[in-house]
Amino acid sequence: MNVPLLDVQRLSVDFNTRKGVIRAIDSVSLSVAKGETLGIVGESGSGKSVTSYAVMKILDRAGKITSGKIIYGGMALQKIPESDMRDIRGREISMIFQNPRAALNPIRKIGQQVADVLIQHNQATRAEARGKAIEMLQAVKIADAEKRFDAYPFELSGGMCQRVVIAIALACKPQLLIADEPTTGLDVTTQKAVMDLIVELTARFNMSTILITHDLGLAAAYCDRLMVMEKGRVVEQNPSTVLFQSPQKEYTRQLLQATPRRDSNVRDLLPKELLDKTDPLPESSPPGPPLLTVSHLKKSFGKPGSENHHLAVRDLSFSIRQGESLGLVGESGCGKSTTSAMVMRLLDTTEGQIEFLGEDIARIPASQFSSHPLRGKLQMVFQDPTDSLNPRWSAERSIEDPLIHLAKDLGKAERKARVLELASLVGLPHNLLGRYPHQLSGGQKARVGIARAVALNPQLLILDEPTAALDVSVQAVVLNLLEDLKHQLGMSYLFISHDLNVVRLLCDRIIVMQKGQIVEEGNARLIMDQPKTDYTQSLLAAIPHPPTGEISTA
Amino acid sequence: MALGVKSRRVLARLLQAVPTIFGILVVCFLLTRALPGDPAAYFAGDMADEASIEQVRKNLGLDQPMPMQFVTYVGDLLQGDLGVAISTGQTVAQELAKRLPASLELTLAALLLSLVIAIPLGVLAATRPNSWVDHLCRFLVTAGVSLPTFFTGLALLYVFYYLLGWAPPPMGRLDMMFLAPETVTGFYTIDSLIAGDWALFKASLAQMALPVITLALFTLAPIARMTRAAMLQTLASDYVRTARAAGLSSRRVLIDYAFRNALLPVVTTLGMVFSFVLGANVLVEKVFAWPGIGSFAVEALVVSDYAAVQGFVLSMALLFVSLNLLIDLIYTLIDPRVSEEE
Repeated sequence: MNVPLLDVQRLSVDFNTRKGVIRAIDSVSLSVAKGETLGIVGESGSGKSVTSYAVMKILDRAGKITSGKIIYGGMALQKIPESDMRDIRGREISMIFQNPRAALNPIRKIGQQVADVLIQHNQATRAEARGKAIEMLQAVKIADAEKRFDAYPFELSGGMCQRVVIAIALACKPQLLIADEPTTGLDVTTQKAVMDLIVELTARFNMSTILITHDLGLAAAYCDRLMVMEKGRVVEQNPSTVLFQSPQKEYTRQLLQATPRRDSNVRDLLPKELLDKTDPLPESSPPGPPLLTVSHLKKSFGKPGSENHHLAVRDLSFSIRQGESLGLVGESGCGKSTTSAMVMRLLDTTEGQIEFLGEDIARIPASQFSSHPLRGKLQMVFQDPTDSLNPRWSAERSIEDPLIHLAKDLGKAERKARVLELASLVGLPHNLLGRYPHQLSGGQKARVGIARAVALNPQLLILDEPTAALDVSVQAVVLNLLEDLKHQLGMSYLFISHDLNVVRLLCDRIIVMQKGQIVEEGNARLIMDQPKTDYTQSLLAAIPHPPTGEISTA
Repeated sequence: MALGVKSRRVLARLLQAVPTIFGILVVCFLLTRALPGDPAAYFAGDMADEASIEQVRKNLGLDQPMPMQFVTYVGDLLQGDLGVAISTGQTVAQELAKRLPASLELTLAALLLSLVIAIPLGVLAATRPNSWVDHLCRFLVTAGVSLPTFFTGLALLYVFYYLLGWAPPPMGRLDMMFLAPETVTGFYTIDSLIAGDWALFKASLAQMALPVITLALFTLAPIARMTRAAMLQTLASDYVRTARAAGLSSRRVLIDYAFRNALLPVVTTLGMVFSFVLGANVLVEKVFAWPGIGSFAVEALVVSDYAAVQGFVLSMALLFVSLNLLIDLIYTLIDPRVSEEE
């Protein structure tokens, strides 16, 4: 290898916090050659984002580079003044971010935001900036770029916004692009489109890329070399194929193991020590009689006939039997969340029946269902474990809440006993019960949410992307917990997700939804292996697959 | 209709204000009637007997039942007749026309002064947390909130008029040596400039200085505070990070990315502050013997001069409605998302 484009040597960054100085990254070294794509993989708190912010020198005020060198094209970036650094940002090194909608100025025209960068780096005069910005928008494949120049971010979809962010980053044809979780929160198909666009453009401009992600599959699919980070340190650096086939470090191996694959079952995700302590997967019993039957469900928003009238769910019918898990899959906007909200009776239906335990609950107004006796039999686990807990309630109070409202015959002491029982059931140590959400980890908060949902012995649990916000290793544990609880308590699941690999782990049957309708329905394995419709095929094709081959567990 | 979307929205907003104003009329009418004291007895004078008090009552129309009085009042109002202020003997409309510009000149000058100081101060404080600018900002905000206007007014007078002698005596809008300029806008400073009379301009400015500073100190606090808070929030936002990562100059990041977004809450605060100032005006006008609408209202209230009080409240209500409309319009100019919502 000749001289690398970017060479980071033993870089350390400290953050001043109220609890004292915290070392965010500790002597991290990495290098990127011209035209190469490096993936930095790690779970939350691993320091992967801090590393990239340090390279760009856009750390928060509290963060400081304490030692190490950042050498870019022969320049020592850690030494040069801010005014010179500003010329490097955007022109030599640029960056794209997670959450594209928030990453754009909400009250400035998107074309103007691209033009700002061009003018700043003398790539265009004020007069020609508009034309060049439109060219750039065309390069990122924004249809009708001429007209879109005057659009505001709120008028575009998340995927479109990310294209604009890419246009801003690549406007001045920099040498190095740092992509920090560029597709987190986007649908799989959008993710594929955005990633393919990045690959195409970086290849066209002969750029190097650093891709920062928590998704090993994504990193492996798009990167030449991978670097695994944990707690601010580099664990391992290797070419992608080597890292996948013969991981050198235990941590890498655990990460690989926890990433769901096409053929893994839910126990395969667990690391060895945990697996030894866990019982083998129970035999699944044949499903019983129908528990929930949804027929001809419809939901429309807006006044009929008016311009913004739209059918979110059009004629949906399905059923879930006792002890069965049904997966509801589709891209955002397909109506899966609307459906779950109607089944949960949080939203009134426009038409159709929802028969649960022999009663048509669609007829009970959403406003009255919260005190209905059947409410206890139907519970929900939410997507964001943090936001779905009351920040001023302890874990104990949160778990106790449904008991207070719907199990009125329980005395105070009985309730306390039940909370302890539930905590043991979901594997939450009893000494954590007095803690508040901000004092718990993501996995612990997820357990609190699950304990709260199963407190009243529900028959049907609606799981709305319950692991989307969790790290893969935590996701593995939570998925196993959910699988065990299902057998232990004889519950049925309605599992909503856009991640087909995760859905398949827990579900017997899958429904694929598009534009408020069922596109395909059937046995989970069959749908995954032999999808019948083009839509399902495109969903499956969009999932980034890690290189195949056995992980050596030696 | 050939009306544009914008003008149609303005029209709709104005129509929305009609019930508000009517409600204010009713409440104000009832409140003035609930005041203790009998205006007829007051205006008839100390020496009046029963018969002459009755005569005055009849002249004022106060012998009618209340609903009748209200109908007469609204009827007169629709013809543009606000009634006669008995305490001064002039029509209320005349009084307002004379005094409203005096109050507005004071208020607007104070707002302008506080904006010019508070916004840069808030922006600087947000960009340099815990620097001396930030501490200065905190000090001014605390002082502005905790010192009542009549106190700062008196303290300023004591120092700058009594002790130092820099300020002219607090005797209204102009020193007695000068004649008021020809009325164009009703603002003495502007009218004197139109007339090209520099000495007059300086004199009216000198009279305004202390009351304007008093009011500005009071309004500065909420504006500076809100600017600082809003700037801190936008500076920490994702889009400012994107702008910095794209290498935009700090000026562009600060103005086009952070400040323009921070303006939204500041404009909202401004509307609120404007209403505070109108309240604070009453006290400041008293302290500086300013012949404004506030002192007029207080005097009218003391003697239960119904027409004058009602005229005052109505003019304030109209002022607020137009102010809120103006703020809504500014909002649609700043934020494209607002106009999309309807």
